[in-house]
Amino acid sequence: MPDSVAFVKEMAVTGNGRAPMRQPAIAVRGLVKRFGELEAVRGVEFEVETGEVFGFLGPNGAGKTTTINMLCTLAKPTAGSAEVAGHDIVRERDDVRRNIGLVFQDPTLDAYLTAAQNLKLHAELYGVQSDLVRPRMQQVLTMVGLWDRKDSPVGTFSGGMRRRLEIARGLMHSPRVLFLDEPTIGLDPQTRRSIWTYIDELKEREEITIFMTTHYMDEAEWCDRIAIMDHGEIVALDEPETLKAQVGTDRVTIHTDDNAAAIAALADRFGITARISEGAVTFGVPGGEEFVPRLFAEWDPARPPIKSVNVSRPTLDDVFMSYTGTTIRDAEEDQAHHRNRAMMQMMHGSRR
Amino acid sequence: MSTTAGRPEATTLHPPTPVVRVSVPKRSVGSELRAIKIVWQRELIRFRSDRIRIVTSLVQPLLFLFVLGAGLQRLSSAGTHGVALKTFIYPGILCIAVMFTAMFSAASIVWDREFGFLREMMVAPVRRSSIVIGKCLGGATVAGFQGVLVISLAGLVHVPYDPLLIAGIFVLQLALAFSITAFGVMIAVRIKQMQSFMGVMQMVIMPMFFISGALFPAVGLPRWLEILNRIDPLTYAVDPMRRIVFAHLTISPAARRALDPGITWWGWHVPALVEAGVIIALGLVMLGIAIWEFSTTE
Repeated sequence: MPDSVAFVKEMAVTGNGRAPMRQPAIAVRGLVKRFGELEAVRGVEFEVETGEVFGFLGPNGAGKTTTINMLCTLAKPTAGSAEVAGHDIVRERDDVRRNIGLVFQDPTLDAYLTAAQNLKLHAELYGVQSDLVRPRMQQVLTMVGLWDRKDSPVGTFSGGMRRRLEIARGLMHSPRVLFLDEPTIGLDPQTRRSIWTYIDELKEREEITIFMTTHYMDEAEWCDRIAIMDHGEIVALDEPETLKAQVGTDRVTIHTDDNAAAIAALADRFGITARISEGAVTFGVPGGEEFVPRLFAEWDPARPPIKSVNVSRPTLDDVFMSYTGTTIRDAEEDQAHHRNRAMMQMMHGSRR
Repeated sequence: MSTTAGRPEATTLHPPTPVVRVSVPKRSVGSELRAIKIVWQRELIRFRSDRIRIVTSLVQPLLFLFVLGAGLQRLSSAGTHGVALKTFIYPGILCIAVMFTAMFSAASIVWDREFGFLREMMVAPVRRSSIVIGKCLGGATVAGFQGVLVISLAGLVHVPYDPLLIAGIFVLQLALAFSITAFGVMIAVRIKQMQSFMGVMQMVIMPMFFISGALFPAVGLPRWLEILNRIDPLTYAVDPMRRIVFAHLTISPAARRALDPGITWWGWHVPALVEAGVIIALGLVMLGIAIWEFSTTE
């Protein structure tokens, strides 16, 4: 049966049993964004399938927000093109806007208005049929657990409640693609978890594609696919499990009193390049559990003794490390310096 | 929701509500008008919920009117031909009261930028110009309301409550408020910080007010001041305002000549309608610049 053959083929392509897809929700080709000298996004290229939860991962300043801004038509690309929900982001800006929902990193609610007024304003701005505004509002507010608070001014809401309300607002006009820019940043673990519950619920109940950025590695694991971005480029793109499998090593972390000596010992004796991360010596080896007995058996007694050992399976952090050579946290510190310098230059440059 | 017999509903964290799918229509003139209305409406809601602002933006004009007016009365009585100083500066106060409020409305663009609300508007499927127009209309409406408060004080400064007088003042106030909001928005698009915006405004508004002839008749001035006075746009709001007010006062011809001399361009007596036209034209030009600036920022 030719139909089922095609279906099986599709399955093979999408890999994890999702329904066959027609048109990608997002298609990006050679997207570039320059701010003067600074090349924030350097020709990225990827596709997001309809119905997918796609994670965009990378340290602050890697170009994630700039990419999102271009896809949302808030910024014009310097070069390249992209289609969102089947519409070109430059030529069909309004059509893109009608079909996307956005939750920004910074709060954009009107604190003077009540939750319901904020959503109503949004629905009106998008021209949602007035008889559907209330039922839709009830649906999205119930989902984020704020229906009983709909008449309270947003000014009285906690940070977590505001973020939830913002997600509800982004969904008011039934967007086909929902962009979430760091939706869980700065939230307590409980709210973070509930936001993921909504994302799962949405995936289940509405035909929606979710494109999110995050720099929480543990959250990225829950995405269908992730793209790792660093210095304006996509360095890896696949399902989290596949990416982790590609690393091929386990992470071993040892605590000693003299990290420098321990690193030297590892290099001398085992030929391992280790580094210091968060005050401990860490390195990757294939078969970490088998390596530990060897480590102790062959450890030079003249070296500072090992106080504790920890072996873990590769995480996305290791994936990030294997592609960029640093952990996401270190990259962030580095980037912060980099960005501050770039900002200073830009400000001086624009001052007349 | 109805449950079928014998099948209890599953208990979840929140009972699932039916999915309501809505669709967003293509952009049209209607959607732009709706956007203008929304921005305008939001301006009113904000004004209403910010009672402190209603009071604070009235303090300065009222100080000028009653403290300066009463305090300088004795000094000035020789030159005012029996007209109270309060009455003389009242038209100027009518102008500055709406100016402050309009300015605050424009300031909220900077505020909104800082707090992100503007971004929500900027990704909506509407033109940027609709946002700017809505903003300016909102600023004018809110300032008009403030203007009514000052108009209601007319009796205290010996100005009669004449319907024509009130209507004339009100229309002029709306025109002025619209232009000032447009001016403020034009500046606000360029400035990202509240403090700097307020600084710039202070630097522009106060000199404009002092030079405009709100506090003195624009006649027999030193040459340099006369030139500045004729350049100052506010002059063309204060002067027609004063003409309207003075037209409804019963005062001596000498007092009228001294206090309401009108504005001349190279000896030509500029009619009130032309003056009002200057204000509106300037407002439209600044609106155009504001829209252009707003559409080109990212």
